[in-house]
Amino acid sequence: MLTRKLSTAAIVVVLVLALLPLAGSRYAIDLATQVLIYCLFALSLNVLIGYAGDVSFGHAAYFAIGGYACAILLTTYRWPLALALPASLVVAGIAAALIGYFCVRLTQTYFSMLALAFAMLVWGVAFKWKAVTGGDDGFTGILVPRLLDNPTRYFYFTLGSVAVGVALLWMICHSAFGLTLLAIRENTGRAGFIGVDTRKMRWAAFAVAGTFAGLAGALFGMYNRGMYIENAFWTESAQVLIMVLLGGIYSFVGPLIGAAVLYLLQVFTNQFTPYWPMVLGLILLAVVLVLPDGLVGLAKRVSGRASRA
Amino acid sequence: MTLPVFLTNVFYGLALAMNMFVIASGLSLIWGVLRVINFAHGMFYMFGAYIIFTVTKSWGAPFFVGVLAAGAGLAAIALVIERFLLRRLYDKEHLMQLLFTFAVVLLMSDVAKMIWGTDQYSVGYPPALRGAVALGPTILPQYLVFLCVAGPLIAVTLWILVDRTRWGRIVRAATQDREMLAALGVNVPIVYAVVFMIGSALAGIGGALAAPRIAVAPGMDATVIVECFIIVIIGGLGHLWGGFLGALAFGLVVQFGAIFVPNWQDVMPYVLMLAVLLIRPWGLLGRPELSR
Repeated sequence: MLTRKLSTAAIVVVLVLALLPLAGSRYAIDLATQVLIYCLFALSLNVLIGYAGDVSFGHAAYFAIGGYACAILLTTYRWPLALALPASLVVAGIAAALIGYFCVRLTQTYFSMLALAFAMLVWGVAFKWKAVTGGDDGFTGILVPRLLDNPTRYFYFTLGSVAVGVALLWMICHSAFGLTLLAIRENTGRAGFIGVDTRKMRWAAFAVAGTFAGLAGALFGMYNRGMYIENAFWTESAQVLIMVLLGGIYSFVGPLIGAAVLYLLQVFTNQFTPYWPMVLGLILLAVVLVLPDGLVGLAKRVSGRASRA
Repeated sequence: MTLPVFLTNVFYGLALAMNMFVIASGLSLIWGVLRVINFAHGMFYMFGAYIIFTVTKSWGAPFFVGVLAAGAGLAAIALVIERFLLRRLYDKEHLMQLLFTFAVVLLMSDVAKMIWGTDQYSVGYPPALRGAVALGPTILPQYLVFLCVAGPLIAVTLWILVDRTRWGRIVRAATQDREMLAALGVNVPIVYAVVFMIGSALAGIGGALAAPRIAVAPGMDATVIVECFIIVIIGGLGHLWGGFLGALAFGLVVQFGAIFVPNWQDVMPYVLMLAVLLIRPWGLLGRPELSR
């Protein structure tokens, strides 16, 4: 029954979002496009954190790889979008599989740090391989197909892509594979005893997370008409990690909510003060000290208390 | 490459290595005892550099007073952070501790902006170390030679402190079994606080020592923390001499990378780390972790 309720809710959310352009505000459309992209990015990271229990501190790498791959294929090689977008997902997925192969040999803190160091390697390559990536000037002037050369149409394209991505991730997380990951997160040793190849499963999770981060990156690059090395820097990885945590890692929708709330809060804060990092730091402190299960956990606790009363 | 040029580069690499070791050893010490990866360590390093700038330039104090002030200042900041915030998180998940230190990064970066703005500052070499030294066929700045001496001195001091004193035995016991140690009558929270202060003071001292070599500016924390991670990963997390080896490898690879692959020198440390991890996933001197 929960499934039916959830899918109804999902359809309602998508429909409401689809009606957004009718409001006629260019600003709202742009903001919604960006929020959707970050929602997908955060959700992909939660496959690692919330399901496999691996805290990656280098997830921005795959976002950047997907974005750069799509940008380069579209602009440098003039591929059509129908080929460039899937190809960039494949590139991000392969990169994640390669890097993940080494990362999943380690666990916990060692895993986090290795993932971070690899992400910085990706950043270093994007920085120094000027001929291909544009170096620290960024890769600008991405050629977007004429069909998408309009904020409203790009918004619908993003909405469709993100909706498909979220649906796929929902299926993956609730499949036998997703449940196996949960077992690994809860107790890696016991999952191993019942015959689960824990390393292989975590590896697969890493590749899946990287692929969807790549999709988010590709959408981001086309939206911005540019990719920049900052997109691969570790502070970007930290930001998406905070989105996931703010929403809550123990529920599927948590990262979506966390991403939306944090991104909107950032836009809002920047209108009043240049000290967004400090605001973010205070939010993070609050999450760490009083909201360890995120906004979704808070909502559950509040509604639990209300139903008891 | 002639011998003098080669030796000069070796020395520059060593000086960088020893400077990085001072910083990374603090990170490694904190991880070894508290099991917290301190993302704020790079920020502590930046504060160390800012403090020596203020103390030497604005107040006109001698260079080495500035170094001590940087160490003491960071120890004080660390005490406040540990006592009021970090202490509440020891029983929580690793992820929460990691994120807590990242919150400290964000808060301190804006505090630094409020105090020092976004300008670039430079700190001069100390007057006593402005000259050059002839070492064999090469001539080197005295300051770099000083760094090459200071690094091993700090390494040996830390080793004696942790491996050869009663206090060090207590610290090592705290890494093994916190509850048992408390049951034996040791005040564990104080041990943790002192270790966190020493580790953070090392970051401050490292930043102060680095200040004459580099431009003191916002953002210097973000690169150094990743370099420290590389060093401790190469050497083995929580391992003092591993960190020393890791720093040596890092310094030499950066220095010679600039000569042999000039465009890619920034990428070389990551390649080094990759090579080490392929052979030894837990670092040169590290041991496999216990499975969770």
